[in-house]
Amino acid sequence: MAKVREQPAAEKVSPLAARLKEEFDGAVIDDSPNGIVLAADRLVDVAAYLRETPDLDYNHLSGVTSVDYDEYFEIVYHFNSLKKQGEPVILKVRTDKENPLVPSLTPTWPGAAFQEREIWDLMGIRFEGHPNHRRLVLWEGFEGHPLRKDWREPYFEADSKPFSSRWPEGQHIQVEERTPLGRNVQYPEGWDPDEWEPVDEMADFVERMEAKLGENGDSLKTQKVVVNMGPQHPSTHGVFRMKLVLDGEIVIGLEPVFGYMHRSHEKIAERNLWVQNIPFCGRLDYISTISNAFPYVLAVEKLLGTTPPERARYLRVMVAELARILNHFISIGFLFNDLGAYFTPVQYCLEEREFIMDWFEMISGSRMMGNYYRFGGVTRDVSPEAMRFAETLVRERIPRAIDEIDRFLSENEIFLSRSVGVGVLSLEDAIKFSTTGPVMRASGLPYDIRKADPYSIYDRFKFDIVTEPAGDVYARYLVRLREMRESAKILEQALEQIKEGPIQEGRKRWNQKVPAGESYGRVESPKGELGFYLVSDGGTNAYRYHVRSPCLINLTALEKMCVGQKVADVVVILGSIDIVLGEVDR
Amino acid sequence: MTEEEKLQQELKNNVFITTLNSVYNWGRRGSMWPMFFGLACCAIEMIGAADPRFDFSRFGMEIMRASPRQADLMIVAGTVTKKMAPQVVRLYNQIPEPKYVLAMGACAISGGPFKEGYNVVSGVDKFLPVDVYVPGCPPRPEALINGFMMLHEKVMNQDIRQVRWYRKEPIPEIPVPLIGPDLIDLGQIEQIKELSARPAQAEDEKS
Repeated sequence: MAKVREQPAAEKVSPLAARLKEEFDGAVIDDSPNGIVLAADRLVDVAAYLRETPDLDYNHLSGVTSVDYDEYFEIVYHFNSLKKQGEPVILKVRTDKENPLVPSLTPTWPGAAFQEREIWDLMGIRFEGHPNHRRLVLWEGFEGHPLRKDWREPYFEADSKPFSSRWPEGQHIQVEERTPLGRNVQYPEGWDPDEWEPVDEMADFVERMEAKLGENGDSLKTQKVVVNMGPQHPSTHGVFRMKLVLDGEIVIGLEPVFGYMHRSHEKIAERNLWVQNIPFCGRLDYISTISNAFPYVLAVEKLLGTTPPERARYLRVMVAELARILNHFISIGFLFNDLGAYFTPVQYCLEEREFIMDWFEMISGSRMMGNYYRFGGVTRDVSPEAMRFAETLVRERIPRAIDEIDRFLSENEIFLSRSVGVGVLSLEDAIKFSTTGPVMRASGLPYDIRKADPYSIYDRFKFDIVTEPAGDVYARYLVRLREMRESAKILEQALEQIKEGPIQEGRKRWNQKVPAGESYGRVESPKGELGFYLVSDGGTNAYRYHVRSPCLINLTALEKMCVGQKVADVVVILGSIDIVLGEVDR
Repeated sequence: MTEEEKLQQELKNNVFITTLNSVYNWGRRGSMWPMFFGLACCAIEMIGAADPRFDFSRFGMEIMRASPRQADLMIVAGTVTKKMAPQVVRLYNQIPEPKYVLAMGACAISGGPFKEGYNVVSGVDKFLPVDVYVPGCPPRPEALINGFMMLHEKVMNQDIRQVRWYRKEPIPEIPVPLIGPDLIDLGQIEQIKELSARPAQAEDEKS
């Protein structure tokens, strides 16, 4: 049951909206603190104006998402200014529900390519002018667009939890008993399997690539080969799949295929109670699991208007930074796996991971899925014993391990020859493809949300943003290595500054209503900008819940990095982007 | 001591008598190679079980094979999505006999926290025969190792005269599901046809 959105009254017109009104006659339809609503046909012009006007300089399209309201669909764009930094500018366009169509930003902002496809896939909004207008996570031929409010999954029970079948007294009805086939499937009315023909996606891909590559290489009459890599492949870090076009050993075309790990996170999250989403966040990026809920609780706290107590804020930062160190250890270890140093460097990294996980277990009770953050605080206090353990980790164990990795790997000749100059991403492309995190910093731009738009208490710590100019695999490795040292610095300062005190603002609540409104919480996760875009209608569950996944958006640049390289290098380049499929596909 | 007695003594030290079953199963138990096949979060804990602290190479399992054709054990570590289900079944079909399946974690067992999701299969046992279930979200490496030990126990109790891979009749392959408007299990195709033919009634049942 979709409720009418309670629109918060626009208090005053923002300076940017006033300027846009002046420049573009009739383009600005509405203006509120939640974003500037534009006429759809002026979007491309306004976006170009934001990018090209020197004093605005919003040149980074951070995220694109959409919301299904009762009367219209709304597409939401977040633009960052990498020079000015600070909060993102939010633009919105609306489209009617009968024939949803908006102009595509992909031709001018290639970073939007996958996100617009995702919106088409899950919300059914067409993007006029998109060069590859296909479904992203589901497959061609899937019936319906799941994130629309009127679309129901086969196991649908109610719009929001708790479901009556599981309540009260712990009795529950198996969902299989309620579905006709006893399975999580549904078919359209009158669908006849005998007449149905499966979509031949490879033929489709070959056709598309032939059109795209044109006569490239034909003069030499070489045979081009189409190769499928994944979803079951030891180097794809999960169930990622790439379709490659090869000319001999050289990659001339590449297209990633997503969705083998698509677990309907956003649909489930829109049925969940607010607090129930926190454990699901941990399962997004399942390397640095515990810190994924950080942006989510920040976004909900913005709506609730609460701030956690001091000690909780320090604990959050400590958890997030240790998770970053853990993530970079694993990332470096698996990069070497991809290079062929099969399972030796990664064993050293996994050893460190165990110690960090021990600390997570001490504070949260679970090794991996810590589920530690709460709205207005954290779940449990940290015992003095755990604090002492953290001290040993931060001051002794971790710096030693980082030095060890540095000493053994950084100067390794084989590593250097495989990584220097491989998979180069220029700064211009890094911005164009909306990359964030270590991928962008390895291309030479010191952009880190911890400094650009400080959240929590990051403005209290002294640390440097690590950058490398080269933009190749080696640069990304170095950035991660040095970032671990910076994280250790932050941790040392946090350990010095942290004081005793309460860890939760107000009382703990499992079911709370969140005031109506929109909010965007973002943090610098180990992979890049992890953001949660939330829309609340004042109820006990989210009206819209969107994850801005850094892994997915960093992958937009994959084709650019890989074309012209050898097949074996594709594996390394993918490893250097550091993706986790749980977050890519959600 | 005569030559004969010496020989007997020598043999006593070097020869022992057992059943063919025990030797056969002991050999298989000690070199069960898992497939390097991670689906989701549980895969990280599976790798964790291979790390220096837990080290499942103690069980002769350290060689994770990326190719199904060299593997004996398929650890389904993570959520099986509808898009991935055909590949999972195909990989299983490609493993040569004898083969075992270990469902690791809540998602592989039943769909877990993501069960209600529209792209999630409610457990890998909807398609594959599962030998051992290891619950947890994700299970700790200790739990996974306990699962291995249970599988070893199962292997030790198998009888060479009964096992399916020495029978004359060919072992049927599991039909690979298709992805159409939704996941199509070919074992259910008749019911699907029936259901699609009378949609109104199906809607009633659902509500």
